Amino acid sequence: MTRFAGRPLLNWAALAAAVAALIAVPEFVEIFTLMQFTLFAAMGVLALSLGFIWGYGGILSFGQTAFFGLGGYAYAVSVINLGDSTGAIGIAIALPAVFAAILGYFVFYGRISDVYLGVITLTVTLILFNVVNATAGDEYRIGAAALGGFNGMPSVPTFNMPGNPSMVLDPTQGWYATGGALIFVYVALRLLLRSPFGRIAVAVRENEVRASLLGYDPRLIKLGVFVVGGAVAGLGGALYVNWGAFVSPTIFALSLSAEIIIWVTVGGLGTLIGPVVGCFMIQYLDSQIGTQQTFNSNLALGAILIVFVLLLPQGLIPTLRTLAGRAIAAPSRTAAKTTVAERPAEARQ
Amino acid sequence: MDLAFIIALDVLNGAASLVLLCLGLAIIFGMMRVINLAHGEFVMLGAYATVISANAGLNIWIAMLVVAPLFVGVVGIVIERCLIRFLYGRLVDTMLATWGLSLLIVGLVTTLYGNTIKGVPTPLGGFSVGAYKSSYYTLFLAAVALVMLALVYVVMRRTRFGLVARATMQNPGMAATLGVNPSRIYMMSFGIGAAITGLAGGLLAPVSGVVPTMGAAYVAKAFITVVGGGSAILAGTASASGLFGLINQLGSYFTTPVFGEVILFISAIILIRILPQGISGRFFKGSL
Amino acid sequence: MRLPRRSVLKATLSASAALASPALLTSRAFGADAPILVGSLHDQSGPIAASGVPMVDSLILAIEEMNAAGGLLGRPLKLVHYDTQSNIQMYSQYAQQLALKDKVAVVHGGITSASREAIRPTFDRFKVLYFYNTLYEGGVCDRNTFCTGTTPAQTVEKLVPYAMKKSGKKAYIIAADYNYGQITAKWMTKYVKDNGGEILSVDFFPLDVTNFGPTISKIQAAKPDLLLSALVGGNHTSFYRQWTSAGMKAQIPIASTTFGLVNEPSTLDEKESDGVIGAYGYFEELTTPASTSYVKKLKAKFPDIPYISELAAATYEGFYLWAAGVKAANSIERDKVVAALEGGISYDGPSGKVVLDHATHHAIRNAYLAVAKDKKWSVIETYEQQKPLDTAGVCDLIKKPTDNQQYVIKI
Repeated sequence: MTRFAGRPLLNWAALAAAVAALIAVPEFVEIFTLMQFTLFAAMGVLALSLGFIWGYGGILSFGQTAFFGLGGYAYAVSVINLGDSTGAIGIAIALPAVFAAILGYFVFYGRISDVYLGVITLTVTLILFNVVNATAGDEYRIGAAALGGFNGMPSVPTFNMPGNPSMVLDPTQGWYATGGALIFVYVALRLLLRSPFGRIAVAVRENEVRASLLGYDPRLIKLGVFVVGGAVAGLGGALYVNWGAFVSPTIFALSLSAEIIIWVTVGGLGTLIGPVVGCFMIQYLDSQIGTQQTFNSNLALGAILIVFVLLLPQGLIPTLRTLAGRAIAAPSRTAAKTTVAERPAEARQ
Repeated sequence: MDLAFIIALDVLNGAASLVLLCLGLAIIFGMMRVINLAHGEFVMLGAYATVISANAGLNIWIAMLVVAPLFVGVVGIVIERCLIRFLYGRLVDTMLATWGLSLLIVGLVTTLYGNTIKGVPTPLGGFSVGAYKSSYYTLFLAAVALVMLALVYVVMRRTRFGLVARATMQNPGMAATLGVNPSRIYMMSFGIGAAITGLAGGLLAPVSGVVPTMGAAYVAKAFITVVGGGSAILAGTASASGLFGLINQLGSYFTTPVFGEVILFISAIILIRILPQGISGRFFKGSL
Repeated sequence: MRLPRRSVLKATLSASAALASPALLTSRAFGADAPILVGSLHDQSGPIAASGVPMVDSLILAIEEMNAAGGLLGRPLKLVHYDTQSNIQMYSQYAQQLALKDKVAVVHGGITSASREAIRPTFDRFKVLYFYNTLYEGGVCDRNTFCTGTTPAQTVEKLVPYAMKKSGKKAYIIAADYNYGQITAKWMTKYVKDNGGEILSVDFFPLDVTNFGPTISKIQAAKPDLLLSALVGGNHTSFYRQWTSAGMKAQIPIASTTFGLVNEPSTLDEKESDGVIGAYGYFEELTTPASTSYVKKLKAKFPDIPYISELAAATYEGFYLWAAGVKAANSIERDKVVAALEGGISYDGPSGKVVLDHATHHAIRNAYLAVAKDKKWSVIETYEQQKPLDTAGVCDLIKKPTDNQQYVIKI
């Protein structure tokens, strides 16, 4: 954070470049690629949510898909009932946040941490999957929306202009909304981390005991981080459902939960841009692997992951930063040291 | 009365399968703090080893009880040497690597043997209790589970290897100072954990659908059980398996299998909330 | 041994395309011989791959045959296949890719109902004709979609009375806990009651359940005459083994709408599968000339195909029905092909005559009843030209062509 605070010009330049890319992309790519980018951006929001709570709050959630899925279902159910996507997006953010608050209270005030926390979040996701999966019958409807069990809910209305349900966004506008949301969430989390709350959260991650001796309540801080993460994941869920116009219980699947962890690890834990980069890379890889017939898809993906862990253990972005730091500040060597020190030692253990 | 007896057998069966599935994981995770997401694939490899050698004409008992654990044990040692040993102390990286490993193993087995394979029939017959029937295989599974618990206890408590292994897990630096080679101990422990998991796969082969993706059904439940059990390998695994086996089977019998699963998961959450260190962290402190 | 096979397959595909092309070389300059693209979305890895692989094999065979015979409308055909990896998100992604990037003429694919419902709206939206070739619970009503697999009215209606006549009136239903299982269980219940029987209990199982001990005890306590099963997938295969090992196999007979769809009779032991009754739109063991020649060709091309079930046969027939529609329309344009297909197109395939029904966009086709014996099916009854009456009860695309939904059929 100190590095970023010290280089405001660079940050503004990066933001401007991101916004420019957002606007320019539809000019250069065909509609299929644009829709693929839209999906990646929706997943990027999900990656940010875990990158935030894990990298900056030290909370390793195995079940971030619980909030993602709740957000997706909340959006689908409310947009079908309300007819207008504006309120539905709000509900898709609020419901997972409330759920995260309840679950977080249960967990953090019970002083559950470490891998136990991981198992609880994993289990909650499994419960949601089982329960939603069992709603195939006619009797499971919320208002006008039938939950549909394993088959899911097809033809969910996509985003419309705020307040005007008849103006449905076309794919290009959908990209602006999704990519814009990704940039917005990124900037918002950056600002949050620079606020006193963000600094205390990092202090708690580094050393809970010391933080509490300084008068902060680590339980409350962690709860706050967790709720923010839940809200962001919920937004990601709504964006995802908007992309495919479809939601099914596989949104809660264990494999997706594991994949988010992979995105964050591949991109680099303890950064915000890393998870997004990791997410884009792995998603792209996934979609490319299925188009070839020579190797079994599982085989190829598995081999790539293993090679990655062995060759780039820190993740992509921190490795690049270290390299860049070395190249730029080769004589002083201090920059490289700061980068290493910034890595959350505890969360990696 | 007969029905109660049959249900008791179901509970016994559920608990015994869980013990077999979790014991290997308890060693790998509980002792070495390696989150092995390829645990389910070790089960699958054990089942495949059994099915393939039995179909090649080998005696089914040898296939289950000897070939499966030996094969998966060797695979475990190879994996430890080539992959896991670079990652000790890096919990998250081991997760990522073993997730990749699990995909790799599934892909490899599918490439070699296709998506389905001819299974083996269940050995031993059935018996009747009044109007109800059950199989001797259920009893056999329970017996093997007990033997495995006893065996691990004896090895860990009574042999030199067990002593050295426990010491290494507690403090590798100190053990190394005393002339132990920690790297070797880690390799052995990982191999033993894998072998026990392979045995579980071999024993489940005759009563389950053997397909490359079968491991996915086991890994989450095994983790919840091991974490619920806490740090003591034996006491934790046995008590958590017994409890969860009971809840799951009774829940499935009296409601539906869906609620059986949901009740199991909810009780796991409550258990971890009440006993954050697992069952053995509270009741069997200092035991194995 | 799949790896070399796939590369061999690729080589033969391009070789046969090359063989087919000389005749068309003359028109090359005009671009009229640009291949017609046929899209395919089937799982080739992950849990559902066991169902998906024979379907793609079948599609490859059909395209190759058609290319060898000079292609379609004088143009060669080319398969664009993506492995959906048993992952719903991949279905949505590749559906967009097929529609927007590859711009295929038709898509065959989707296995689970969830995957179909994920991609069907995409093909509606981007106006790409879609064929769904899997047996399913019925009710899809969409002018852009043709469903060529069987639905419960075609198979369950035959299966239940036959099984009841053999065993007795009291039935116990076990089914997979998702839409297919839930709806099939309702149809089973209806047909049992229609035939004067009684349902003791209906139990649903999530797809990852592997331990059926409590259920087997529960069934024993209920003492049914007959067990009706709609269990799905590799994990559920455990049931048949645990059932046999408990000694129940000889006591209560099983009739199933799903057993044997992949290749259960050959992966299970004889004593676990013998006597199970099944009903489908196709069995590999059918001895009609069309069936034996299809089986011979497919097995020659893909020697390690485990079993050729309705899934593969309906995919093959689905492709030929589409091709017949294209020929009749003399165009690959979607609206013209749909209109032609609605004109009562039929094809004599491995399973017998298959006719597309205008009102439902489902197939009128033969149904067969068989009993498992010595790791094979022995076909004992043939029911000619069964109509998709379940879907017909709710869906009429003649009267209401703009209808587009999956109805939940009131039973």
